Amino acid sequence: MVNLFEILMNLKPETLRQIDEVITHYPVKRSAVLMLLHAIQEDVGYISQEAIEWIAQKLELQPINVYEVVTFYPMFRQKPIGRRHIKVCRTLSCALMGGYKTCETFEKEFNTHRGEVSPDGEVTIEFVECLASCGTAPVVMIDDDLHEKVDVAKAKQLSASLKQEAAQRR
Amino acid sequence: MAAPQQRRLIFKHIDEPGYTNDLACYQRHGGYEILKKAVRMPPPAIIDEVKKSGLRGRGGAGFPCGVKWGLVDRKSGKPIYLIVNADESEPGTFKDRYIIHQDPHQMIEGVMISCWANNVKQAYIYIRGEFPHGARILEKAIAEARAANLVGPNLLGTDYSCEIYVHRGAGAYICGEETGLIESLEGKRAYPRIKPPYFPAVLGLYQCPTIVNNVETLCHVKHIVDMGGDEYAKIGTPNNTGTRLLCVSGHVQKPGYYEYEVGKITLGELLNEVCGGPLPGRTFKAVIPGGSSAKILKFGETFTLKNKDGSTRTLTVEELPMDFDTLAAAGTMGGSGGVIVMDDSVNMVEALANINAFYAHESCGQCTPCREGSLWMKKITARMVHDTARADDGVLLKSVADQIAGRTICAFGEACSWPTQSFIAKFGDEFKSYPETKKVAKADGALELV
Amino acid sequence: MIAPTKPDLVTVNVDGKDVSVPKGTNVIEAARLVGVDVPYYCYHPKLSIVGNCRMCLIEMGMPAVDPATKAPIMDPATGKQKINWIPRPQIGCATNASPGLHIRTNTPQIKDCREGVMEFLLINHPLDCPICDQAGECKLQEQSTGYGRGYSRFIEQKNVKPKRTQLGPRVTLDDERCILCSRCIRFCKEIVKDDVLGFIDRGSYSTLTCYPGKALSNNYSLNTVDICPVGALTSTDFRFKMRVWFLKQTNSIDTESSVGANTVVWSREGIIYRITPRRNDEVNDTWLSDSARDLYKPVRATDRLTASRVNGVDRTLDMAINAAGELLNAAAGAVAVVGSGRSSVEEQFLTRKLAEALHASTHLVSRVGEGDTILISADRNSNVRGALVTGLIKALPSAKLTALAAAIDGGQVKAIVSMGEDLTMAGLTAAQLAKVPIVYVGTHQNPTVAAAKVVIPSGMVFEKSGTFVNQQFRLQKFFKSVPPPVGVADDLVVLAKLTAAVRGGAVPSELHAVWTLLAADVPAFKAISFSNLPETGLLLDATAFAGLPFVEGETMHFQPAKANA
Repeated sequence: MVNLFEILMNLKPETLRQIDEVITHYPVKRSAVLMLLHAIQEDVGYISQEAIEWIAQKLELQPINVYEVVTFYPMFRQKPIGRRHIKVCRTLSCALMGGYKTCETFEKEFNTHRGEVSPDGEVTIEFVECLASCGTAPVVMIDDDLHEKVDVAKAKQLSASLKQEAAQRR
Repeated sequence: MAAPQQRRLIFKHIDEPGYTNDLACYQRHGGYEILKKAVRMPPPAIIDEVKKSGLRGRGGAGFPCGVKWGLVDRKSGKPIYLIVNADESEPGTFKDRYIIHQDPHQMIEGVMISCWANNVKQAYIYIRGEFPHGARILEKAIAEARAANLVGPNLLGTDYSCEIYVHRGAGAYICGEETGLIESLEGKRAYPRIKPPYFPAVLGLYQCPTIVNNVETLCHVKHIVDMGGDEYAKIGTPNNTGTRLLCVSGHVQKPGYYEYEVGKITLGELLNEVCGGPLPGRTFKAVIPGGSSAKILKFGETFTLKNKDGSTRTLTVEELPMDFDTLAAAGTMGGSGGVIVMDDSVNMVEALANINAFYAHESCGQCTPCREGSLWMKKITARMVHDTARADDGVLLKSVADQIAGRTICAFGEACSWPTQSFIAKFGDEFKSYPETKKVAKADGALELV
Repeated sequence: MIAPTKPDLVTVNVDGKDVSVPKGTNVIEAARLVGVDVPYYCYHPKLSIVGNCRMCLIEMGMPAVDPATKAPIMDPATGKQKINWIPRPQIGCATNASPGLHIRTNTPQIKDCREGVMEFLLINHPLDCPICDQAGECKLQEQSTGYGRGYSRFIEQKNVKPKRTQLGPRVTLDDERCILCSRCIRFCKEIVKDDVLGFIDRGSYSTLTCYPGKALSNNYSLNTVDICPVGALTSTDFRFKMRVWFLKQTNSIDTESSVGANTVVWSREGIIYRITPRRNDEVNDTWLSDSARDLYKPVRATDRLTASRVNGVDRTLDMAINAAGELLNAAAGAVAVVGSGRSSVEEQFLTRKLAEALHASTHLVSRVGEGDTILISADRNSNVRGALVTGLIKALPSAKLTALAAAIDGGQVKAIVSMGEDLTMAGLTAAQLAKVPIVYVGTHQNPTVAAAKVVIPSGMVFEKSGTFVNQQFRLQKFFKSVPPPVGVADDLVVLAKLTAAVRGGAVPSELHAVWTLLAADVPAFKAISFSNLPETGLLLDATAFAGLPFVEGETMHFQPAKANA
């Protein structure tokens, strides 16, 4: 049945293909919620109201069912962030090795505070919980990549290379 | 005397130069030969081998794998699911990461053998969202295996089929709890289920019988089928068989992962000889031996343990062998093998504040004691560090923790209260004197934990 | 010595007392049967079990048997079978009765569990009692008094959450008071099948909400207010109106449809403040529609009839009765009596008596709507079956009184008595109303009232006692909550006086006396009296009416009889 009020989402064809494929992995459609949220966030950058309603429609759920999930799992964000996402681990082993100083360094380098988009729009810095690489603490993820042994010096190095990439892009 | 040698059974190929995570490399090293052996064995025989092996879960609970498999309801007529718990989120633990990224086929082979043994037609790998590369590596590995008939329809030319799909989490530690994981896999908030009646072996995924096993545990299954359960049981120590991956982090010279026969290395040997001892100019103060949920041990304390013949032995922290039973007898646990070391530069109030913040953040919020208690404990320790500390805040903390443990839906209640209980029990004086000690100005660049 | 039990009963032991309960009964209910109170928040007998509040923790033990021989292991100290008590407390709501189950609720551990849970619930709970509607019927107040520690140790900052959200048109939400028991979410999903509520965020910051743009607007939304154990969900209509401890509770029956949901009417000094459901496991469980709760509003409407009138002039009741008597006697043999499907059984019976005295034809007007499959049936009259059972009518009514209209036009009907029915809604025209004199006994202004020669005001269901027969043929009683407005007499008195005025002889007007007559006259009511009628009602023998084409479809606890081939 054609839904005359089908919510329009400007997703890439590859994302749509991925979404349709992943739904077939489960006997119950609702299971695909997390995978769909990942796919859309990777495509669009964040989860909008529109996206929540689109997913609800796609998986035959109520919007509240999707909204509940989006707010439960910290990896999903409902607002756009900086171009690069810097996630600094704050849990015990990384803190013991100076993780808090690492985070402070990133914040100073980009003149921003945790949770905000930096003034140049380049980064958002956040604390995250244990990233399961405690032996090489302090660890930081920048987007999908793990960086190990990120002390103050390495944090400055990483910041510099992020800024360089940004400059080259412009 | 030199420290015992590692026995790299699971981690045989980790960090091996030239070893890559593709199927071809795995097969060059004998990969999937055990799966071929397994599908020629009747499934009950495999379960038998696992029971004989004495394999205990490596995710943290240490529950005997053979017993877990034995509890599965095989009479309901419903499909049986197997879920790989690749959510590795216990602070201090970093072992499954390397299996997934560097040797995924070992795990996949273990999964397929376990599926065959339990008549499972559909398996899911629940991988934490923060391993995005890992998820891609696993999908690629599964695709390779499927192309070679090692996963999917008509396994190795038999009429048995078993599919594996990768399912990504999104940043919730509680998804490591098996029923929380199942809820998350069903597309909901990861609220653990009440047991009874929702034992996964009976009413698991989609209310069907379900096995949830840790990544490392499933790798051990492969080796058990390879050498036989009895042979495997000879490795390690009685009731604590096989090898175990130990992850050491914090204030040691050489943090990292090490694999030892269970119980064949002591905490002291591990920290001093293998990991090079404390950092220059420092002494060990405390160690958490099994992931942050495990109760903390204080260097200097001793444990009087009963021997089988009724006599007792007294051990120091360094003398504790790293097996499940001894650590449990010493009032802590083997857990996930995450060993977190703190030296004398650490203030225990601040360390606990760091841990409490973790649990408050990760509490799913479903049941009253954990939801309110974990946040209260975090607020107390945060206030102590950043605002005013009272001498009897430690007493209050312990009292709050005592109201949580044993009263919650899932083991997160114990996980969030054991740190507080043990920190106060072992370092109570530090909590009492903290109002004074915190007034002493800190050196520039001093350690900030919360 | 435990006495042998019936096949489906098991004996469990609660705090030393043995009790026989059906197998599978949960511990909370089993304990209730022996007068032991196990406190709880998230448990509700009509909703799924979630076990998240942890307030019903109890100690559980099973009798010890030798693993090999299965022989009981005895405790030398007591001489009884040893009980293996599980060290970890268990939740009572999820523990079901099995043979030999032993429960302890009064141990130091359980006392500590309850104090702990109470403390945890209160640390982020706002100190709102002085301004919170729930006060006086708040589980948090009751259980902190009964089981709490009595003092606070919390000196941190409480969580701040959205405070007076309009969750829907009739429900106000205060998220700070919410204890996250999830009863409201489960109710909407399981009973109404309207999955509109959920928790967002995590941990202690979890917050109840609707999806932005959606609302809790279904016609059962106020049930969430009833079942909310605290003042998080409150009725916007009732907000700040009255403290509950001033209110008198009277049992009544909902008149929205033939479901006959059981209700409680809450009033003070003659004014009704709210209606809530009353539990009846055979009719409405613990639920009531939102629309049913508004039915008391017309009690004080400005178009309420409060004075007897003859030819438009206010008169006393007796003058109106006399005028009606004259009018009806003059038309003797050509009178039509229109009863009501909303009148009580007693009123319908006396209406029949009046009609017999007048040799009048009797009519009823149907009200058919769409059933909602929950607690509103397709028959919007609450007591059509009462009219059948009392003999007021022989067949099911229709929406329009076409036969009566024709009889008026044809001159066969020369006077009408209407018991609260607006005849224009039943298809009669203004001309037809003008053609014959009408005696109207009813509650509110309408075109028929305007056209009537004699108007006698009567009471609404809240202003009298009586019975209705619902769609299940269940006879249920309701009690008078408030007095009718000044000038309004009791319907039974009016009917008795009218009957006397038309030379119908003396008819009792007192409720119990009417029942003596009913029990003697109506076979279905044999041996029943108003006082001996159980509070949860009584199923009547409906065989005489089997085969009638009743309009109702399926609703809660009701399946329509299969249609005859």
